[in-house]
Amino acid sequence: MAEPVVQVQGLRAAFDGQTVFENVGFEVRRGEVFVILGGSGCGKSTLLKHMIGLYAPAAGTVHVLGQDIHALEGSARQALLRRIGVMWQSGALFGSDTLAENVMVPLEQHTRLPAEARALLARAKLGLVGLSDAAARLPAEISGGMAKRAGIARAMALDPPILFLDEPSAGLDPITSAGLDALIVQLARDLGTTFVVVTHELQSILSIGDRCIMLDKEAKGMIAEGDPRALRDHSDNPVVRAFFRREVMA
Amino acid sequence: MQQGNLSAVTLAITPEPPGLRMAFSGRLNATAAARDWAEATRRARMGEPLHLDLSGLEALDMAGAVLLLRLENLAGPARWTVPPGPMQTMLDRTRTALSGPRPPAAAASLPWLAWFGQLAWDAGGALVTRLAFLGEAVASGLALLSHPRRLRRTELLRHLDEAGLRAFPLCILLGLLLGMILAFQSSVPMRRFGAESFIPNLVGISLLRELGPLMAAVILAGRTGSAFAAEIGTMTVNEEVDALRVMGIDPMAWLVLPRILAALAVMPILALVMDLAGLIGMGVVMGTLGYPPASVVAALERALVLRDLLGGLFKAAVFGLAVGLIGCRAGLSAGRGPRAVGDAATSAVVGGIVAMVLLDGLFATLFYRLGL
Repeated sequence: MAEPVVQVQGLRAAFDGQTVFENVGFEVRRGEVFVILGGSGCGKSTLLKHMIGLYAPAAGTVHVLGQDIHALEGSARQALLRRIGVMWQSGALFGSDTLAENVMVPLEQHTRLPAEARALLARAKLGLVGLSDAAARLPAEISGGMAKRAGIARAMALDPPILFLDEPSAGLDPITSAGLDALIVQLARDLGTTFVVVTHELQSILSIGDRCIMLDKEAKGMIAEGDPRALRDHSDNPVVRAFFRREVMA
Repeated sequence: MQQGNLSAVTLAITPEPPGLRMAFSGRLNATAAARDWAEATRRARMGEPLHLDLSGLEALDMAGAVLLLRLENLAGPARWTVPPGPMQTMLDRTRTALSGPRPPAAAASLPWLAWFGQLAWDAGGALVTRLAFLGEAVASGLALLSHPRRLRRTELLRHLDEAGLRAFPLCILLGLLLGMILAFQSSVPMRRFGAESFIPNLVGISLLRELGPLMAAVILAGRTGSAFAAEIGTMTVNEEVDALRVMGIDPMAWLVLPRILAALAVMPILALVMDLAGLIGMGVVMGTLGYPPASVVAALERALVLRDLLGGLFKAAVFGLAVGLIGCRAGLSAGRGPRAVGDAATSAVVGGIVAMVLLDGLFATLFYRLGL
């Protein structure tokens, strides 16, 4: 079994005294595609933002690559953040920059690669996600699916060992969504990158997820952990069953 | 042999007939690639056949793979020694990624005559769209007369508040300062001729006929014209304007007319506030020069006539109309993306100020011809 690269222990998220979830604990292992799933409003994206150090936990710890991401400060925190990549739900591409320039931003800021190398590397990253010919376009000139792929290319700019993806399939047509799923699986296999994916798209969960956890709004926490296909077929939890079988809860 | 000992990788460049052998060992990542890029590519550019030996490499990331493929690209087909496994996969994947179609080349720059023609064509097109917008606004305004309920009154009140009432403090402050500065500056040369008592005449006429409306319009363009452009521009970018059109709602009546009417209505009031504040500022300076308020008021009564005020307020109303129209047009014609909103706001402010100066010149000529 591969070693854990993310360890979440006893995590509690709360805003203005309102608990979103508590007692959340799990491990993500190197090279796997780990899915955080659950219905709308259960705190999936909130959990992701705790894992990347954007939100401070009300309780508990998050260790990324062996380091407590919330305890780190200054250059140590920066060094750790350089080793993770994040694709945001909306892509969060810089609107004034072309796709190639978007990918070059982290390369310019965090490496000493010469301009020629940065341009080639940006081209390679965009080629990896099938956007070679769109390198000179602005984010406003591309489709939602292309923006998500460009977001992945930018997140991979520094070859981080872990990529966090927030709702990569949301709002995409089934074919584009399936293409993105195939890309994630391919990158995980070929580059050995660990993926942490937040999604509630059933098809994506089943096609990309090696392991998953499920959050629930009512339970304010985790209600399941394991192989998504096994959960679909064998879970005793009625909420998990209803989620995978698209049933309405009574 | 030349050797670069780096923290992550060691590159050894040795002659190997008929060319060079570049042997990498350690971890070839972005840091290592950055350090070795210049030297390695310089040697590769010499065109000697390359042997890229990766047998000593422990790890290779995409930045390293890009360097290796660049070396091959510069030197011509290279001989590779690559340990089987993930490094070969990384090289293959990077080679495939780099071989994707290139983005279409940017259009070549036009010869100067064609460029000039393009410029004239674009300027003509811009003029036509401006005239079309003006015509559309007039048509919507006339249609409103027969269907007054189409005007969103709450929206009109909101803009009257934002463009008018909330601009009062700024108008009062700038008016006071303007009046004081004009009085101070004119007192120096006028004292030389013993004409200090004519300062109220000079400042009063300047403020009421020119500076009051003009400064109020600058405030309106800066505060309100840009806000109109940014608000409508954001709606355009978010496809809200398209949604209005698809719902069968005229964006002119819904978005533009309340703003234009508000700008038209508040501008004479702002100009009046600016005039009054300026006269008070001038009065304060006159007080410090030893002129009591009664004598300043008397001088103003002698120097000013009602048409000075009315002419200025009329000009202000026209300025307001222009600023409102330009701001709304800039917003509606915004492009896509976050930069579009900024461009629209800039265009509204610059266009508004330029239009005011042009209109002011037009009014000066017109009033002169009419003897006003």
